[in-house]
Amino acid sequence: MICKAEDYLTGKTAWCPGCGNFAIRKALAEALAELEIPSHEIIIFSGIGQAAKMPHYIKTNGFNGLHGRALPPAVGSRAANKELKVIVESGDGDSYGEGGNHFIHNIRRNPDIAHFVHNNQVYGLTKGQASPTSDPGMQTGVQVTGVSIPPLNPLSLALTMGSGFIARSFSGEREHLKETMKEAINFPGYALVDILQPCVSFNKVNTFGWYKQRVYYPEIEDHYDWNNAMALTRQWGDRIPLGIFYKSPRMTFESSQLALEGEPLVRRPFDPSRMASLQDEFY
Amino acid sequence: MELNLLIGGAAGQGMETIMNLLGKSLVREGFGIIYSKDYMSRVRGGHNFSRLRIAPGTPWSNVETVDILVALNEETYFLHRENLAPSARIIYDPQDFNLPEQESRGVPVELKSLAEEAGGKVMANTVAVGALLVLMGLETNTVESLLEDTFAGKEGAVEKNIAALQSGYDAAASYCSACFTLPPRNESGKKLFIDGNQVLGMSALASGCRFLSAYPMTPSTGVMNYLAAKSTDYPLVVEQAEDEVAAINMALGAAYTGVRSLTCTSGGGFSLMVEGLSLAGMTETPLVIIVAMRPGPATGFPTRTEQGDLNFVIHGGHGEFPRAVLSATSQEDAFYRLNKAFALADRYQTPVIFLSDQNFADTHRSVEPFDFSRLNYDLALAGEGEFEKPYKRYRASKNGVSPRILPGEHAGEVVLIDSDEHDEQGNITESAEVRRMMAEKRMRKLQGLAEEMDEPDLYGDPHPEVLLVGWGSNYGVLREAVDALSEAGTKTAMLHYSDIYPLPVQRLQELLGEVKKSYCVENNATGQLAGLIRRETGLQIGGLILKYDGRPFLPREIVEEVENDL
Repeated sequence: MICKAEDYLTGKTAWCPGCGNFAIRKALAEALAELEIPSHEIIIFSGIGQAAKMPHYIKTNGFNGLHGRALPPAVGSRAANKELKVIVESGDGDSYGEGGNHFIHNIRRNPDIAHFVHNNQVYGLTKGQASPTSDPGMQTGVQVTGVSIPPLNPLSLALTMGSGFIARSFSGEREHLKETMKEAINFPGYALVDILQPCVSFNKVNTFGWYKQRVYYPEIEDHYDWNNAMALTRQWGDRIPLGIFYKSPRMTFESSQLALEGEPLVRRPFDPSRMASLQDEFY
Repeated sequence: MELNLLIGGAAGQGMETIMNLLGKSLVREGFGIIYSKDYMSRVRGGHNFSRLRIAPGTPWSNVETVDILVALNEETYFLHRENLAPSARIIYDPQDFNLPEQESRGVPVELKSLAEEAGGKVMANTVAVGALLVLMGLETNTVESLLEDTFAGKEGAVEKNIAALQSGYDAAASYCSACFTLPPRNESGKKLFIDGNQVLGMSALASGCRFLSAYPMTPSTGVMNYLAAKSTDYPLVVEQAEDEVAAINMALGAAYTGVRSLTCTSGGGFSLMVEGLSLAGMTETPLVIIVAMRPGPATGFPTRTEQGDLNFVIHGGHGEFPRAVLSATSQEDAFYRLNKAFALADRYQTPVIFLSDQNFADTHRSVEPFDFSRLNYDLALAGEGEFEKPYKRYRASKNGVSPRILPGEHAGEVVLIDSDEHDEQGNITESAEVRRMMAEKRMRKLQGLAEEMDEPDLYGDPHPEVLLVGWGSNYGVLREAVDALSEAGTKTAMLHYSDIYPLPVQRLQELLGEVKKSYCVENNATGQLAGLIRRETGLQIGGLILKYDGRPFLPREIVEEVENDL
């Protein structure tokens, strides 16, 4: 069994020097090593964007799909083989913009997926346009007079939709990130971790230093306290809280499916002799 | 010798209940039937009707003539009066409306009052069935046993319905008892009474499909309904997706992880799916998509039929990748053809589209029981020792197909698929050389698919002067047109495509030069199959017989077009 973080690292990365993705990748490898999950028992689903390249740089099964579409195949996969750990890695544009509808409805569906959103508040791969989480006023080549619409607050949204696990971490706090990832992976149900991450090339506002000065760890005594969690998700500006704000398991997608009791679907033997009787109701 | 029934009324009046009860009992009694629906996109009101034809063997198509009309409202009578045979009979409720004085063919049956006497207005449909039975000279016992099956366990429901049935039977008997002669019964044993969507759902399940994700869209929803009903008893997950984009991507995730997966939709939903279709092609993930066509563009005619999406399903999706497009001649054929779609998807690791349409999806026929032992359920996976380690998902191969393993099933081996251009391992690449190699590898699979395609079905005169070319749900009506033209002295044959893309060309090339006249018969405005044939072979079909008013062809329409042209 692989238990060293280095053994999960693979491929030659194509990220900018100083990118927050390096720390996220390292934290993920460490989390998987500490959880002792073998490579072949994990699938990472991703969409498109810098964050979505993760399946190429972590040695697990990987489904690098379409922009915004990382969650749907992850759900299909949960139905097919519930024994595999499923992680979704994608950026803020992918998860909250192009994939917004899937984000909303999979919170409702609550599949056992850990969703790690690399939130750098900007579009990196397309070179610097605003993302759904960009702060108002940020000027870009497209938002030439500055972002004029308020940002999407993913954690507040997820909480109001009934998500059972909501956390925020920061690529500059790797130990915290790793521990948060471990909890999210072990959480039975949809677990959202919004990971603050500087984009050294395109986000000149929300820099490493900007985040570092603001993040803090609030005391959270009760992870079932929805109102406290909501207050934490709404804090943004001079102080940005990190931590697992809310943790309360509920009925999962998998446990609501009769067909998923017992062996995973993929391993159930096919019994053709049970099939001919299907036509009896049509006589 | 044949008999044609038409039942019409407003949406919500229960025409379907009558037809299902009657259709199934006729099939149980050994009659060959076809029953199709013409309905509006509304839940209440409007004018909906169903036609049921009883003919020797099994009829292939409905016709316009009406021998027995059940008019659940006055409008039905006026809308269909012109097609009534001279000897026709009209069942109606005199408490609702009266027929014009000069109309002598009426059979008044107080459907609602009799139903109330039997125990409830809701059984008016059962009263109507009783009246129909006596007109056709049939006993009530088969319908009674069906009512027993249908209402088993519901207190008093069986008795009340049987009373309603009998009252309708008695009421109509005084006007016309056995005034129609039915065609001979089939001797060849039990038959099924089943519609196109049910056949496809059953075929999918029996093909080992274990995951369906879809967004409801008429006329494909019947497939979803069928499979959802089975998901409590079989190893099958049916998930209603938030949109068609999610539907196809979910199915791809399930397929990648190792179960046969399906999605179903109509043209508008398929528009949203084409991004995912392209992903299936690029990632080489097996997937079957049922596209049940309805008239477009945009929302079009939601509940009606067309064959307008052939070009779309052949060309939809960005970039170039291999795919197959299949359709079916009939309910019987569809059972095996959809299974073939699953087999091809797995064998060639690529998307396969099954083209249905409203005319096929909603039409019931009496069909032979299916032979389940003919079905393929082999995922065509590489076993231990049949792939090189470390595993490469996109390993180069002669036929373009790489050994496929499932994630999690082989310790130490991982499976990486990618929507970016990728190397053999599945890793993102920008190499020109790798790109060329991968593009060629993918497209080589199209050659294999081409060899798997069945040549079009040839029916009719072996040395025809007139050749009708068609595809999909027009098989039945073309067959009837061929028979009618042949009987009238024109040597006619038809060439019918079930496997459409890659287009099988041999039989057409052999035949087209031999005939005097050829026509492509299609339910669309542009002749899409004729265009495909021209693109693939350079051959020009002589003429186009097209219908694009949302209604299926009737045999007469094709026969007249040909005869006017000869």
